[in-house]
Amino acid sequence: MSEFFAQFAVPHPSTLIYIAMASIVLGSIALVAIVTYFKLWGYLWREWITTVDHKKIGIMYLITALVMLFRGGVDAVMMRLQLAVPDNGFLDAQHYNEVFTTHGVVMILFMAMPFITFFFNFLVPLQIGARDVAFPRLNNLAFWLFFMGMGLFNISFIVGGSPDAGWTSYFPLADNEFSTSVGTNYYMLALQIAGLGTLMTGINFITTIMKMRAPGMTLFKMPMFTWSALIANLIIVFAFPVLTVALAMGTMDRLWDTKFFAIGDGGMDMLWANLFWVWGHPEVYILILPAFGIFSEVISTFARRNLYGYTSMVWSMILISVFSFAVWTHHFFTMGQGAFTNSIFSITTMAIAIPTGVKIFNWLFTLYKGKIVVTTPMLYALHFIPLFTLGGVTGVMLAMSAADYQYHNTMFLVAHFHNVIIPGVVYAMLAGLTFYWPKMFGFMLNERLGKATVWVMSIGFVLSFIPMYITGLDGQARRMYTYSDAAGFSTLNMVSFVGAGIMSVSFLMLVWNIWYSFKNSPRDIGSDPWDARGLEWATHTPIPHYNFAITPDVTDATSEAFWDSKKNGVKLFKGEIKDIHMPNNSGQTFILSVFFFIGGFALVFSMFTLAIISLIGILACMGYRSLEDDHGYHIHKEEVELIEKKYEKEGGAK
Amino acid sequence: MKVNMKGTLLSFMGLGAILLAGCNDKLAVLDPKGPQAQRQADDTMLLIYLMSGIVLTVLAILVFMLVKYRASKQSPDYEPPHIHGHWLVETIMIGIPVIIVIFLSFVSVKSNYIVENVPQEYEDQEPLVIYASSSNWKWHFSYPEQGIETVNYLYIPAGRAIEFKLYSYGPITSFWIPQLGGQKYAMADMVTTLHLAADNPGEFWGRNANFSGRGTAENIFDVTALTQTEFDEWVTEVHETAAPLTEEKFDELLEPGHLGKQTYTGTHLEFSPAPEHNHESSDEEDEEDHSSH
Repeated sequence: MSEFFAQFAVPHPSTLIYIAMASIVLGSIALVAIVTYFKLWGYLWREWITTVDHKKIGIMYLITALVMLFRGGVDAVMMRLQLAVPDNGFLDAQHYNEVFTTHGVVMILFMAMPFITFFFNFLVPLQIGARDVAFPRLNNLAFWLFFMGMGLFNISFIVGGSPDAGWTSYFPLADNEFSTSVGTNYYMLALQIAGLGTLMTGINFITTIMKMRAPGMTLFKMPMFTWSALIANLIIVFAFPVLTVALAMGTMDRLWDTKFFAIGDGGMDMLWANLFWVWGHPEVYILILPAFGIFSEVISTFARRNLYGYTSMVWSMILISVFSFAVWTHHFFTMGQGAFTNSIFSITTMAIAIPTGVKIFNWLFTLYKGKIVVTTPMLYALHFIPLFTLGGVTGVMLAMSAADYQYHNTMFLVAHFHNVIIPGVVYAMLAGLTFYWPKMFGFMLNERLGKATVWVMSIGFVLSFIPMYITGLDGQARRMYTYSDAAGFSTLNMVSFVGAGIMSVSFLMLVWNIWYSFKNSPRDIGSDPWDARGLEWATHTPIPHYNFAITPDVTDATSEAFWDSKKNGVKLFKGEIKDIHMPNNSGQTFILSVFFFIGGFALVFSMFTLAIISLIGILACMGYRSLEDDHGYHIHKEEVELIEKKYEKEGGAK
Repeated sequence: MKVNMKGTLLSFMGLGAILLAGCNDKLAVLDPKGPQAQRQADDTMLLIYLMSGIVLTVLAILVFMLVKYRASKQSPDYEPPHIHGHWLVETIMIGIPVIIVIFLSFVSVKSNYIVENVPQEYEDQEPLVIYASSSNWKWHFSYPEQGIETVNYLYIPAGRAIEFKLYSYGPITSFWIPQLGGQKYAMADMVTTLHLAADNPGEFWGRNANFSGRGTAENIFDVTALTQTEFDEWVTEVHETAAPLTEEKFDELLEPGHLGKQTYTGTHLEFSPAPEHNHESSDEEDEEDHSSH
């Protein structure tokens, strides 16, 4: 019996982990107590857990992403603290390995992915003038599967131990022989469950964008964010099945001693690297393309001008999506694939710089003859352009395969991808968050605090990551938990730690800004506080659950339908209010996801009876659904009219 | 909050200056001591200059736009025009990156063939073959020609091409001596080849650059380049003083953990040969390997 419980213990208990355990337990108890005290269980169940409203699902993704941003951020600060001085004893090797592994997984899959999925959910239906997504209940299921995957991954460090083989989890390091805790089981199963959710999101949004656009909205009249969402979701649908297969094979290697990747008996460690990066490199573009979409919306809004070169913007994104599948082996130029193969992939990798460069110039020329207003979202975008360009050109350096032999696996590489992902994805997400905040919550975030946040973040960013380029060229390899004083990178690592501290301050400022604005911001901002351009601003604030009382008709408008209606008098809402058909909420999807969570947890610890029970539960849920009749419901015309009148009385612009 | 554009410009210029200043000849990668590392350092410097040019151009255009088209400098009734694009501007902004990428592709391909082959300077002589294999968390260097094996240190003759044969007794590792040339992976199921050379006698450091578990940070080794005469003397000395490497001893060495420098006569290749059925498709040696099976 004690043997049974011993497997749940953390393999290397430390004070830090006990503190984390205690805070998680106390936090959960506090949360349950608060919800119970205010009798919120029913409200949560009816309004949030079972919701099929794309806006609410979006907000749930947003909350998850923000929480994970802090979880991954704490990991980051711990790493920089450990490396701030040579021969530091703050973290031991095993703990450091777990910290950088979970930092990578959490930031990419449980922070950046839900953040962009929040924008897909919240924005896409509004931008195309739809009432919901194509498969509303699938959307709810996708969220909960993602959430359960996230939850499973996050309990790893207090139950059984975190994964420790790096976020790339290269075999044979990740197999049972070299990675003995259950950590990598968590990695395989949590990513599998969350990945299924992501794949569903991909299918859902491709269908939504292809089938549910407002009348008159041809493909080349879609707002730029919707374009970026379409392409990112196409990449999801092509790339995620590869991850699904790789994780399934990896799980079998770990649980049933198959030899797909493990060494011996014909197992091929390189096969994992290939499968991982066939998914992993397109994944980078799944993240960055929606970020480009957000920046396009923000820059054209605050330059008060249409986006320069709309068509070339679209084509460059399409090209990037194609190229993204042709570059994966640059992640292992140094795997001995020879001069010829390396040359091919060196060229395809550098080729991505062309469409990306086109986009940078398009944004620059969008400023041309504009009337630039520097708001917080715009300030993020203005900082993004030069910082991201720097990250982009160091990417070209890494793409030079022969020279990459010197950069590979060094801090130079670490500096590069943070230089792309932070100013690219994170800045875009925060710019978009600030930009769409009033549309979501009916008040604006404080501008003074917001702009100060951007500056502090950029200063922290530069101090954290620019030194890494230099230490990388000086021979500091990545993922090393310590170094000796003689190595000579101490000063720069200390600078980097200070930078990480400054960046943390900027994220605390963001939290403070949300709290401060919630308390103090005026609530009478109307529905279009930024004087924006897209269809998403053409409805009321707060957005009624049916989005648009009358489906907009954008036949006479450009890709900036709302701007055209404001400036050129194009009429968007033709016809009259009719009954609106809406989907029903459902609790099954949540229950199904809980079975996935239990099943995943059972498999992590090889508790096969429990795994089979949860499999039966999953099949039962699916069986029930296939026999269920659910035709949704109608909001009657009179009711819609009543709601619309109420908005007009309260002064919500239209 | 008023945004100080000049301040922004200056801080970004400062950033560029730090970057360039950081790239002085003290950094290991930019202080090459062999022909392969030299080529990589030359490429790196070329890239740093070219890339700084691109970043500064983007920055200059950005600052120009921000200064010229700020709302506060314009009349309140100014309405920005609707501009679709212009064929000439768009051709230029696609054309310049295309030219840069074509140029860099030529450089990249040329460098690939240089780095993947015996250094041109030392082509006239047979390269010295050294098998470098890793185990958790040590390096084993076998000199089949000399009949010597060392642990965690390398002696190499300067002025002669070295052909490293890399493989691993465990997770993937990456063999890297920054001042002599870039790294390559060592894996359990195949042998990879890395060509390096040191131009002059000297001391360098090398390490495993790929994460391979708990002991990776200390998975390092020393490299000493000697003159050919000194190298030959060292070989003779080892044969006179070192103990032979037995199979039992080698199995002991493979146990996970760290070790100091050790020296043996004979190599483990005799009883534990390298996995030389390699999968390198574009390597000329490939065919020889297959024919030997």
